[in-house]
Amino acid sequence: MTSHSLHPDTWVDQYADYLFNYAVIRVSDAEIAKDIVQETFLAGLKSAKNFKGEAAERTWLISILKRKVIDHYRKINSNKGKAEVRMTYNSSVDSDGDWLEEQVADPYSILENDGIENEELGSAIHNCISKLPKKQGQVFKMKTIQGISTEDICNELEINPSNLWVMIHRSRTALMDCLNQNWFNI
Amino acid sequence: MISCDKAAVICNKAQYDEATFYEKVKLKFHILICKACSVHSKKNAVLTSLCDKAKLSNLSETEKEAMKNKLKETVS
Repeated sequence: MTSHSLHPDTWVDQYADYLFNYAVIRVSDAEIAKDIVQETFLAGLKSAKNFKGEAAERTWLISILKRKVIDHYRKINSNKGKAEVRMTYNSSVDSDGDWLEEQVADPYSILENDGIENEELGSAIHNCISKLPKKQGQVFKMKTIQGISTEDICNELEINPSNLWVMIHRSRTALMDCLNQNWFNI
Repeated sequence: MISCDKAAVICNKAQYDEATFYEKVKLKFHILICKACSVHSKKNAVLTSLCDKAKLSNLSETEKEAMKNKLKETVS
């Protein structure tokens, strides 16, 4: 097995989006997710000497991030009583006595996997984007995720529109190939 | 008739709703006669729907710069 090493200088460029996407799904708040990512990087720096090189950099950072997410939930639930699990019994007349039946998951529902699947899809896409050449990835993210208009991107990056569309085309083709391997066939 | 290269550009524009009506008509006619572009255009549409479904989010460049600076501060 090859041993891995850490390159903190490149962390933000390489993993910030991936980690952010991971965190934002779990805490559903962009500001908190941003703080968590920042804390993750700081904690990573602090404990860099404990890094044994057994896992890839990203896996290692994700495992720190997971801890940070748990810490976050501990913190907001630390006030006594907030941590209690509350169950509300629906006291409408129709449901008289059907308490147990109501709590059972609908066996015919196909919706509950959607959240998990979309989450994994998001990670898969970010993973693929991170494999693109830097410029292409940047253009694709600006266009697809942030939805910035063609004109604005061209001004900001000082390229012309046909140049932009070529980069979009290349990144989309590469993404299709990558997702074909890492996700269901598209 | 338009070339496959042009068709690909229009196809990409169409994914971001930036193709004009005339361009879309040209693309449709091209797809009718070109098997490769028809496959590509379908895949492209799937990619768009996947990206929508995943509700992707990321950090802006300025936020990243701020992060980098904070990291640098702690290192030094």
